[in-house]
This record gives sequence, structure tokens and C-alpha cells, in this order.
Amino acid sequence: MKAKNNTKVIYITILISLIFSIIPLPIALDAYRPNWALLVLCYWSMALPNRLGVLTAWLVGLLLDVLLGSVLGINAFALAMVIYVMVNNYQTIRNFSLWQQSLIIGLFTALYHLLVFWIQRFVFGVDFSMTYLIPVVTSASLWWVIFLLLRKIRRQFKVR
Amino acid sequence: MNPIFVEGFSSHRRMFLALVLSGAFMYSDHKLESFEVARAVMQSMVSPLQYLANAPKQFLDYTAENLVSRKQLMTENQRFQVNELKLKEKLLQMEILQQENDRLRKLLASPVRQDYKKMVAEILAVDSDPYSHQVVINRGLEDGLYEGQPVVDDHGVAGQILHVGVNNSRVLLLTDISHAIPLRIHRNGIRVIGKGTGSVNRMEVIHVPLSTDIQEGDLLVTSGLGGKFPEGYPVAKVTQVSANNFREFAEVAIKPLVKIDRLRYLLLLWPDPDNQPDANDASDSDSGEQQKGQG
Repeated sequence: MKAKNNTKVIYITILISLIFSIIPLPIALDAYRPNWALLVLCYWSMALPNRLGVLTAWLVGLLLDVLLGSVLGINAFALAMVIYVMVNNYQTIRNFSLWQQSLIIGLFTALYHLLVFWIQRFVFGVDFSMTYLIPVVTSASLWWVIFLLLRKIRRQFKVR
Repeated sequence: MNPIFVEGFSSHRRMFLALVLSGAFMYSDHKLESFEVARAVMQSMVSPLQYLANAPKQFLDYTAENLVSRKQLMTENQRFQVNELKLKEKLLQMEILQQENDRLRKLLASPVRQDYKKMVAEILAVDSDPYSHQVVINRGLEDGLYEGQPVVDDHGVAGQILHVGVNNSRVLLLTDISHAIPLRIHRNGIRVIGKGTGSVNRMEVIHVPLSTDIQEGDLLVTSGLGGKFPEGYPVAKVTQVSANNFREFAEVAIKPLVKIDRLRYLLLLWPDPDNQPDANDASDSDSGEQQKGQG
């Protein structure tokens, strides 16, 4: 076993995903923005659940809260919840084929967005609109990109 | 390195910890005033990420600005000159009116209005929470910003400062669902409260009795009663009044004058002399937007 695990690579990819989740998009495309942070966290927690767990996800979510200007803890909680489910089922999910994984990721994203919506609803009384769930579709359909890309990165840099 | 034995009770405990932490953060962020300091620290910590995310757009803007044809520049220049002339003419009148106003106010023994410090801020193009209307600007504590500071643009009031970081801050826009602003109908001086609805070009006036004299097309200006926004800045126009007798209050829809989805430059105001920073890098942007002085 090597002493160095290249854990840095994980954090760099997470940072990049955070930047991608605040990068400005044209208004028409904005609602379609996939949930990059969630996808990247899902990959790492599935591939290396010993490196990245619920609390890391919570911290990333907190950063996301500050970046997006929402009430602190909302995204943190939702992300932690999703990663919690992921960490507890990673062995099953790893064995699924790519498109089955996409479905699971779609479910996770839906869980995430619904959790965020419910808390927002509880705090501010916002109304539901279907546009809040568009990222579910885009995230699920982009899972294969993230999966293949991050697997390549993981093997390239021998992250474990 | 034994991923098979990683899981166990520990992830449940961690989840429990995350739950407790989130609850504590949500509560303190929503309810406790003092938590603002922690928020400010975090806000400044993430500012490199925001500047980084803004970089591609800045680059594109820069190239777009540099690749303009001479003809375009000339027409633009001409337009600006015409505008400047018009504004200067208005300014001349304004000065005379202001003097007159000051004199009259002295006669009435009411305090003379002072012009306050202003500063231009640029919007950092970063995305925000889809549930709220906020923008991030490139000014912060270093420029003397404070929480609750009024923010306007050349059409009217845009919102107020929500969180201040060291060199970036967050502006809560008028149309956010949690934002309300004390207003006055310009025509007759009736005081109302304008509340955001979460939709970009619709706000509403709440708790207006059915008998209130409010009509479509009325201009609403800030009343200055809350103590946050200076008096007299235009905010919104009334678009629809439906006085349904079965309801307790009239439903009044108003439309903000500021184009919330097309903001680029904002003007920060320091109406409160106590909060004024040292006027070293004061901006030179007195646009036509000045106080529409009236008592």
C-alpha cells in the first residue's frame, strides 16, 4: 500500500464541480444545469467510500450554500442525505450497468431537489414548479460522462 | 485499504451528526443576528471561487468590447453626448430646485437634505439559489459596505445588501419572496408595503383596504419609513388592481422598474451618515438618478 493516496485529486474535482455549479449560463439554459457537485460526490463516494463520506458531502454542501446564498445548511443536509444513501448501498450500485446507475442517480437527484424544496417551503413558503426538477433529467443523462471521466482520472492518478 | 469493511454504524452516526449540524446552522442562520459574522467570513472565503467562475464571462465581455466596429463606437459616442447634454440641462435645473428646496426647508425649520456618498458596483456573474433572487457584487467590507444597505440602478431601487464579505457581497433583490419595502404612492402619498413574489417582474402590495385610492399606472416610490431606503426613489408601477368585494384587501400587482434579470452595474448608497466610509474612492457616477425631493 502506498503512503500517498492522491486524495488531492478528489478535492480538486470537487472544487471544479462547485465552480461549474455557479458558472453563469444563459437564462434559457439555467434551469437545465445538471447538479455537478452531486454527480461528482456520488462518483467518489461510490468508488472510494473510505475516502469520502457523509461529512465531506456535508461540508461541500455548506460551501454550496454559501456560494448560492441559500440558508446555511439546506444544501449541506440534502447532499449529506444523498451521500448517506449512496455510501450504504455502494456495493450494489457499483455492480449496475451504466444506464441503471443513471436511473439511480436520477432518483438521488430527485431526492436532493425535493429535500431542498421541502426545506425551502418550510422556511420561506415557496411554491412548487416543475422547473425545479429539470436537473434530475439532465443529471441522470450526464452521469455516464462524469462516470467515465472520473474513472479515467481515478486510474490515471491512482487515487484510492 | 479494505472498502468492504468500511461501512457500518459509522455512516449512520455521521449522518446523525450532519443532521444536527444542518439543523443548528439553519436555525442560527435564519434566526440569530450574530451569525452574520460567520456568514461574512465564509462569504469572503469562497470569493476566489466566485471570481474564478466569473472569469470566462469577463473574458468574453472583454473580447466583445474590444471587437466593436468604429461605426458602432461613433454612434454610441454620439448617443452618449446627446444624453449627457440632456442630463446636464436637467442637473442645472436640479441645482436651482435643490437650493430652493433647502431654503424652504430652512424656513420650515426642517433638516436640510444632504447628498450622500455613492459607489458603483459591478455584478459578478455567478449563479444563485433558484429559490431566491440574489446577485453577487464585487464590493465588500473593504469598500465600507454594510448589511441592509440600499442598492439602486438607473431605473430605480434594486434591493439591499444581504451578506457582506471582504471583497464581495450579496444583494437581495426586490422581487425575492422574503423581501418587502415600504413605499408611497407618488400621486397622493398613501403609504403601502411592496412585497416580492419570487417572480421576476411581479411584486404585490399587501394589506391595502378596498377603499384605498390606488390605480393602474401609479408610480410607487420609497417612503423612507423603514429607515433603510432613502426617501423618494422610484420602485415600481402599479399594473393591476382588483378590488374583489369578497376579500378583505384589494389585490394589487406591481411591476418593478428595475429590470431584475438584466442588471449589470449597480449603485450603492450611504444614506446614513453614521455608516459612511472614508470618501477616498468615491465614484463619479451621479446619473440622472437623484432624489426626487419632496417633503
